[in-house]
Amino acid sequence: MKQEKSMLSPLKAWKYLVKEPVTVSKKDIFVKPREAADRYRGFHVNEHDKCTGCGTCSEICPTDAINMIVLPDQPFVDGKKNERPAFDYGRCSFCGLCVDICTGDSLHMTKEYVHITPDVNQMYFMPDELGIHQKKFENGWLRDEVSELLDLERYEMKHEGVSRKSSFIEIVKGFSYEMALAESSRCVECGVCTQTCPAQMNIPEYIRTVYDGDLKKGIEWIYKTNPLANVCGRICTHKCESACVISNRGDAVAIRWLKRYIVDNTPMDQYEAGALAYVTEKTNGKVAIVGSGPSGLSCAYYLSTLGYEVDVYEKNALPGGVIRYGGPEYRLPEESVKKDILMIENAGVNFICNTELGKDISLETLEEKYDSVFLGIGFSYSRPLPIPGSDNHEVKFAIEFLGQARDYNRGLRAIPDISDEVIVIGGGNVAFDVARTLIRLQEEKYGKSSVAMAALEHREILPADLEEIEEGEEEGLKYSFGYGPQAIKVEDGIIKGLHVKKVLSIFDGEGRFNPSYDEEDQKIIPAKQVYIAIGQMANFDFFNEEMKNNIEFFRGKVKVNDNGQFDHYPWLFAGGDIVRGPDIINGVATGHDAAKAIDAYIRSK
Amino acid sequence: MEVNKLKEVKLFLGPQHPGMHGNYSVHMYVDGDIIKKARPMPGMLHRGFEKLMERKLWMSNMAIIPRICVIEPDINEMVYAMGVEALAGVEVPEKATWIRMMILEMARVATHLFALGGIGGPTGLYTSMYWAVAERDLILDLFEKLTGARVYHIFIVPGGVRKDLPEGFKTQLGTYLESLEKKLPEYQELLLKHPIIHTRSKDNILLPAEVVHELGVTGIGMRSATGKAYDLRKVKPYAFYDQVEFEVPTATYSDALTRIHLKFQEIQQSIRILKQIIEKMPDEGPVKAPIGTGNALKLRVPAGMVYTAVESTRGEYGYFIVSNGKEKPYRIAVRGASYPQGLLGIERYLPGHRIDDAPLWMDTMGVCSPEIDR
Repeated sequence: MKQEKSMLSPLKAWKYLVKEPVTVSKKDIFVKPREAADRYRGFHVNEHDKCTGCGTCSEICPTDAINMIVLPDQPFVDGKKNERPAFDYGRCSFCGLCVDICTGDSLHMTKEYVHITPDVNQMYFMPDELGIHQKKFENGWLRDEVSELLDLERYEMKHEGVSRKSSFIEIVKGFSYEMALAESSRCVECGVCTQTCPAQMNIPEYIRTVYDGDLKKGIEWIYKTNPLANVCGRICTHKCESACVISNRGDAVAIRWLKRYIVDNTPMDQYEAGALAYVTEKTNGKVAIVGSGPSGLSCAYYLSTLGYEVDVYEKNALPGGVIRYGGPEYRLPEESVKKDILMIENAGVNFICNTELGKDISLETLEEKYDSVFLGIGFSYSRPLPIPGSDNHEVKFAIEFLGQARDYNRGLRAIPDISDEVIVIGGGNVAFDVARTLIRLQEEKYGKSSVAMAALEHREILPADLEEIEEGEEEGLKYSFGYGPQAIKVEDGIIKGLHVKKVLSIFDGEGRFNPSYDEEDQKIIPAKQVYIAIGQMANFDFFNEEMKNNIEFFRGKVKVNDNGQFDHYPWLFAGGDIVRGPDIINGVATGHDAAKAIDAYIRSK
Repeated sequence: MEVNKLKEVKLFLGPQHPGMHGNYSVHMYVDGDIIKKARPMPGMLHRGFEKLMERKLWMSNMAIIPRICVIEPDINEMVYAMGVEALAGVEVPEKATWIRMMILEMARVATHLFALGGIGGPTGLYTSMYWAVAERDLILDLFEKLTGARVYHIFIVPGGVRKDLPEGFKTQLGTYLESLEKKLPEYQELLLKHPIIHTRSKDNILLPAEVVHELGVTGIGMRSATGKAYDLRKVKPYAFYDQVEFEVPTATYSDALTRIHLKFQEIQQSIRILKQIIEKMPDEGPVKAPIGTGNALKLRVPAGMVYTAVESTRGEYGYFIVSNGKEKPYRIAVRGASYPQGLLGIERYLPGHRIDDAPLWMDTMGVCSPEIDR
């Protein structure tokens, strides 16, 4: 292009005098500042009540600008940490990755972008709903389904079809390698689950081992806090999954199934090496454990790893308690139970079966022979239902029946005496275990099944898991939920059915258990046998009178301190159902806590 | 003897200097007005990006890499994403590819405008700087609408882009392109025909073809000296550059003025490409393909190594990425396009020029100091 030669060409510049300037005048910068674009990645705001404190924002932050600050005043709730993110605007690159990955949908960026201060400390702050200047601004950058950085959909395990009801085959299939890898990659490793788990299991750590393909390490992480890896990998109540932060916007990570993947897929030699990694040298001290349920096993394992001589007393023929005689085979196969107990045995625990406390051996003897005694006797008796007809010999109880069914599955006895038309009273998970076991036995014996269920609660407030209700329906359970049992109709010593009335309310005005019924709506559900599964309880007859006076009982449980120790009897500890109510993972946790306390107690002697 | 010793004076150009491009420094040994010896002093902007990337997650790196070239960040995002996609074997959705091309061409226009305006600094023609920077700001406004940020867009991510186009964006871009096209003749008068520019840049700061081959200069420097239309968009098309029509301006005599001209012509070509993109981009369709499973913290890129390159405003810009299949890159090396001329070239070919031509040398040779330092 040629150079301009005309002497007049500079005069053209005058035309710009009348043109609109493209720049903004200085006063307008402050008086009417330009508004940022709708997607502007400006200053952060954080809705504190929605924020779970998971710290995922801090993890993704490329410039380490986000620090998680502990707020001691923040109340502790399941699924939330008492931490909140604080931002260092000296480091922040305003990339918005924190917003895109926020699990709680609490973190946003606003259109606000002017911050002038001579004080560098003011660049570091903890955003709340109003942000850095405590002024409401419109939201700018928001996460959408394209910018989403989490994987919200769970990789579902395969389930057996309805034909499962004719056998005791395990319903839920395990993860394949690919699925386990994919599922483990959804975890953000925040540790909210660890905080919620009664046993404080190192969940993010063992999920990480699945992702890294180092399953032996996974076994070590699991056994650090839970020696019932196989059992909890299958039938844990998974409080961790309800707390999982991914469940705020999507499906929780399948923590239980990943644990199951680890225990099912680790080669046996590595498994054993991992499970026994914590076993140390023998030390002086003898401990008796009464009851070989989850809490007893857990306590025994950890004491044994510490080097103590541990004897476990069990009233039944096989150790395991509820996991041996309670959970049905289709949820908890025998091999899993065997594997867990084998590892505990290999850790050095000695089992003494067919010995019942109070009958075959007394507490006083145990006190004499051992340095310390742990009671993990569990709720091993069914709660009776005092209604007319309940004394009939065809009225059966859940715990007894489930034990018989398990023994039948193990080939130790003949098929339990079941009739072809039965009803189960109760709406908890145990009631469903009974009902679904009955279906399987009926199918086997009669080639058809007819099992009804009645419970006081409506379907919506039923204590059982939703999964149980749905699967039970698939298998053909006939529900009468919201109907209270009044009497068992007996003619000539033979049960004809169950008389029920529609429930109007379960609790009275003062919150006490006092059901009221609709007299208009009542019916008789035909049945030849009635199974009662309305709860379990413990038998404390083995305590002598003095102990009964000194020990505080409440709602069928005993009162102990946080470590499971009885205030009056420092040599005596308790855990499991009789301390926290029936739940396997609580049993494991209390057993572990007691083991630590027993160790401290013996050392202090 | 004493007199001769005093004859040579050492002068510092930069790291702070109005004509300087970024924080870069050249120690010049001058005799009178003439530079006798030049020592480039890089490192003022060294932030250890290549090493830093080995410690950051694949996704977190997205926010770090744009800073390797400050004025043209998008090329970093593009080569990084292309590399990750190549290793992961991911196909980018059609619409995402068009959006990426649109971003790259908008960035090319903005960067060339900035460079053209920047000539105002070393030449004293400050009007051009005000104009071009104001003009570039209008593109940044569009970027803000599209990506949520004005300079570091962090928008092109492995698998596609972070969000779909905002409503009416194509129209807004079209309107802007119209207005820019109308203004181009004014820039011609201001810059290309201006006596100051001609006096300072014509037959000055030569870049002979032999030097291009000796140093390995790419981009406008090479095309202006050799007459070869070597442009990665043409010779090794990425995205959909094979589906749009455009020309690669070349010349056979490379003085500063020629290179300014070529920059100007590239703006015109970019406008042409952008118009085609607006026309060809589908309205619907996905803009991001999933890379692997899981969340961004757990993203793993399959093991392997790959070199990806794009045509930046200064030449071939590439990343060599090595992955060992973990959550963080094993090694990333950046080929900054200004490395040959900005480091080797200054030492060897800046001597012989006048002091006041040194900044002009840097500008028209296409030197972006952060990408030398990394």
